[in-house]
Parts: sequence; C-alpha cells; structure tokens
Amino acid sequence: MMMQIVNTLKNENKLHPPLTNNSSEESALTGKDHFEVKVENLQFFYGRKQALFDINIEAQEKGVTALIGPSGCGKTTFLRVLNRMNDLVTDTHLEGRVCIQGRDIYDPATDVVELRKRVGMVFQQPNPFPKSIFDNIAYGPRIHGEKNKNRLSEIVEKSLQGAALWDEVKDRLYDPALSLSGGQQQRLCIARVLAVQPKILLMDEPTSAVDPIATQRIEDLVRELCRDYTIIIVTHNMQQAARISDYTGFFLQGELIEWGETSRIFTRPRDQRTEDYITGRFG
Amino acid sequence: MPAITEKIMKIIFWLSGMAIIFFLAGIMFTLLSNSIPAFEEIGLKPFFTDGVWRPSAFAEPTYSLLNMIMGTFMVTAGALAFAVPVGIAAAAYLSEIASPWEREFFKPIVEILAGIPSVVLGFIGLVVLAPLLAAVFNIPSGINALNGAILVGVMALPTIITLAEDAITAVPGEYRHASLALGATRWQTIWKVTIPAAFSGISAAVMLGMGRAIGETMTVLMVTGNMIARPTSYLDSVRTLSANIAVEIGDVVFNSLHFHALFVVGLVLFMITFIVNLMADILIHRKPEVNR
Repeated sequence: MMMQIVNTLKNENKLHPPLTNNSSEESALTGKDHFEVKVENLQFFYGRKQALFDINIEAQEKGVTALIGPSGCGKTTFLRVLNRMNDLVTDTHLEGRVCIQGRDIYDPATDVVELRKRVGMVFQQPNPFPKSIFDNIAYGPRIHGEKNKNRLSEIVEKSLQGAALWDEVKDRLYDPALSLSGGQQQRLCIARVLAVQPKILLMDEPTSAVDPIATQRIEDLVRELCRDYTIIIVTHNMQQAARISDYTGFFLQGELIEWGETSRIFTRPRDQRTEDYITGRFG
Repeated sequence: MPAITEKIMKIIFWLSGMAIIFFLAGIMFTLLSNSIPAFEEIGLKPFFTDGVWRPSAFAEPTYSLLNMIMGTFMVTAGALAFAVPVGIAAAAYLSEIASPWEREFFKPIVEILAGIPSVVLGFIGLVVLAPLLAAVFNIPSGINALNGAILVGVMALPTIITLAEDAITAVPGEYRHASLALGATRWQTIWKVTIPAAFSGISAAVMLGMGRAIGETMTVLMVTGNMIARPTSYLDSVRTLSANIAVEIGDVVFNSLHFHALFVVGLVLFMITFIVNLMADILIHRKPEVNR
C-alpha cells in the first residue's frame, strides 16, 4: 500500500512538479509572510461540543492542499469555516483567527457575500440547480449584477471550458442540468463556481459521488485549475491526495495532526498516527 | 381469529374508500339528472349567450350565466391577486426565515384563520370593510366585487400558505447551499432558487386556493350585492354563480324550469372547480426534472 502510494506520487510529481521552487519544506512554509489562507489557533464548536482543536495551517497562493482523515474528523467542518458556510448551522461559534488574503474573515466588518464570491465551494454531491445548463453557470454572474447577454454567454463558455465540460455540452446549453451524468454535473458545479471568478476553491470530496472515469477527469481538472486557483480539497481517498495535492494535512478527531508537502507526508510522516493512517492501520 | 379481524378491517377500509367515490358519483348524477330537464326545454345555448339571468320573468325568461361567470371570475381573480403574493411571501417567510419559535407561533394562527366560519367573515365585510371601501373610494356603498375579492382572498390564504410552505420546505437544502456558496444573499436565494424549485408545488397551492375561492358562497352572498347586471368595475355589485344558487333556491318552485336551471348553474360551478382541482393535481404529481 505504502509503496503503491509512493510510486503514484513519483509519477505524478513528474507530470506536475510542485509549484514552489523551495527545495526544503521549512522554507516553503515560512519563506513568504503573506499567505492566501492562514489559520491560527482555530477552535470550533457545535453548541458545547468542540469539533476542531487548535488548528494552525497556512496555504500559499495557487496549488492544491489536500485534507485527509477518517470520517467525522473535522475536515469538512474546517473547510466550511473558510467560506463561513458554518454560519448556516445554528449555535456554532469559533475562536482564533482565519485570514484569507490577509483579511480576518470572522471580523464583524466582513462582507460574507463578498467572501463567498472570493472563496468558491464545490460540494460532495453534485448539486446543480433545476435549471438549464446555461442558467446554472450564469446564476452567479447574474446575482452579482451581470445583465449583458453577450458577456454572460462569454462567461458561460469560458467557465465550461475551464471545467473541461464545454465540448460535451456546447450543443445543448439549454437542456436541464439534471439531465447530465453525475460526473458531468460535478464539473458543471465546478464551472458554476469558476463563473464568479473566485481566488480560492474549496472542494468537499468532489469525487466521492461519481464513477472512476469521472473521478479521473475531475482530478485532471484539479491539476489544471491549481495553476490559477488556490485549491483546498477534502478527500478520504489517500491515493487521491497523493496524486493531486502539493500539500497535505492530516486531521484526526478534530485535530490537525500534521501537515506539510505531500511527498514528505506520504514518505516520511513525523507523527506515528499519520503513519498508521496512511499505511492503512486504521481509518 | 386474527385472520378474520384482518379481513373485516380490510373490508371496512375498502368501504370507506369506496364511499368517497360513491359520494362524488352521486353528486355528479344528481347535478346532471336535475339539469337535463332544463337542457331539454331550453337547450344549452341560452345559458352562454349574451344577456342577463332572469328565469322568473313573466314575459320572456332569459337564462344567461355570462354576467355571473364574470362576477365569479372577478371575485376569484381579485382574491388571488391579493392572496397569491401575500401567501407565497408568508410561506417563504415561515419556511426560510422564521426562527423555530416564530414558526411554532405562526402556524397555529394560520390554521385558526382557516377555521373562521365564512358567515363571520361576511359579517365583518358588511360592518367593517364596506364602510371603509365606501369612504376610501367615495362611493355610496362598499357592497361590491372588491369587498368580496378581499374577503375571499383572506379565506384562500391559509390554503395557499400551508401548501406553499410544504412545497418550499421540500426543496433540497443543497440548492440553497449552492446558491449561498456562490455569494448569493438569502433574499436572492429564496427568490431565484428556492421558489422556482418549488414552482409546481406552489402552483398547486394557488390552484387549490383558487378552487376554494370559486366555490365560496356565504361571504360573497353577504358582501357583493348580488346584482345581475353586467359589472364594469370592481366597485360594481356582482353576483357569483354560487351566490346565485343560494339566493334563489329558497323561493323557487320544486321541479320547475327555474329549479332545473339552478342545477345547471351548479353543474357549471362544479365543472370549473373540477378542472381547477384537476390542474392542481397534475401540477402536484408532475415529476420534477430528473436524470433522463
């Protein structure tokens, strides 16, 4: 199992060299003082139950950070902290600082609508609206005030191309989005997010509800997109993390046990629990 | 032993179900069989040709239902023009915005509103709404189509609110989350995603509210003035199909032509509500767009 992952990783690294030029991991993590995402001493609570314990993590601009860990370990909760989707759950609160592009997003002055424009999210289950393909993609730009039909068509085409779906749907843009296959629907959801031009993409197990071929497509897409976007992806598939991410964080029972360059996490984990997890001793 | 009780229970439930069909068939049969003598004597056409409803005229009785169909239409359309927006907004509020505490408080109120006897509403229409309308529009009397429309709208509201709320609540949460995660406000999400996704259910709610409004009798009888002349505005008195039956059935000679003509009115009313309810049913059972 371990060898297999390492091999995958080596191959992938040839195709997608890490985006940072720093050879040593430590300098990669501290060499820049401005991070795209910087989380300090985050504690998160559902009511009185604490779900996240003292999380510290940083992500540089562009590239893929994968969050792995067993079910219920808090990785999805953490992801939803980053675009404040947890605000929708009643009786939650948090402590600590969550900075995105240098701004504390839990500052009372934060405009949540504007934040979610900058920080897009792709969900576990493909969730297109019961509208046409075109209207799904145009939804975001429209609510943000774009009315010009030509501009909208342009955005729709560009977003669908960005999500590698254009060629499959260009002749049926006005068909219901729900007539697409599961994998196509998920790429449509990615295109829908791209249409609002976010800087950061949060993906919550985006391949868990689609078939292997669609998974492959979406993984390729993630590698494509990370040239332009900062991607944080939750997965419980370790091989996927190894294949597509530059950095990996390992969550366990609400704690971020370890994080660092993916190649290092999968070959030389520092914590015994990380090693146990990635070698399949539990999870 | 248990097998026998099982069988008896099954028969009792079967009979209860059949009773509904029996009642409906019975009503249809009564309406039809009592209408037929009128059709035989005067045909179908006089009911739908221009004129007025004057079946007891000494010289030349006329049987046109057009003015009353128009009155029914005006009261119904007016009621919906007010009840649909308010009802949908209230439903969206209850399911999307209200806190659990507010919901617990408002839902019984909606049910109480549904339980107010129509004669009580009619009375309120007479003593409160009529003088108010007369003052606002500077007309001698507020007994008119507008008065009826407002009250019938109030009566249709609980139906529309309850059913539309069910439809909105049934919209999957993923749609809302997708919309909010794209940076939509809650208002944009309700207006552009949730309500359109609940469209078929909301239309059904409107249709059933409309069915309620078309058939409503006592209130409109009390507040619309019951004039058989052709109405030209909402400030005119109108007579609805339902009110017409209620007004005249008391002093009509049993089995006379007038008597049978009133059954034709009932038949027309029944057909209208039947079609509206059928449309509501089709909308409720229409499959949402799914994987093909």
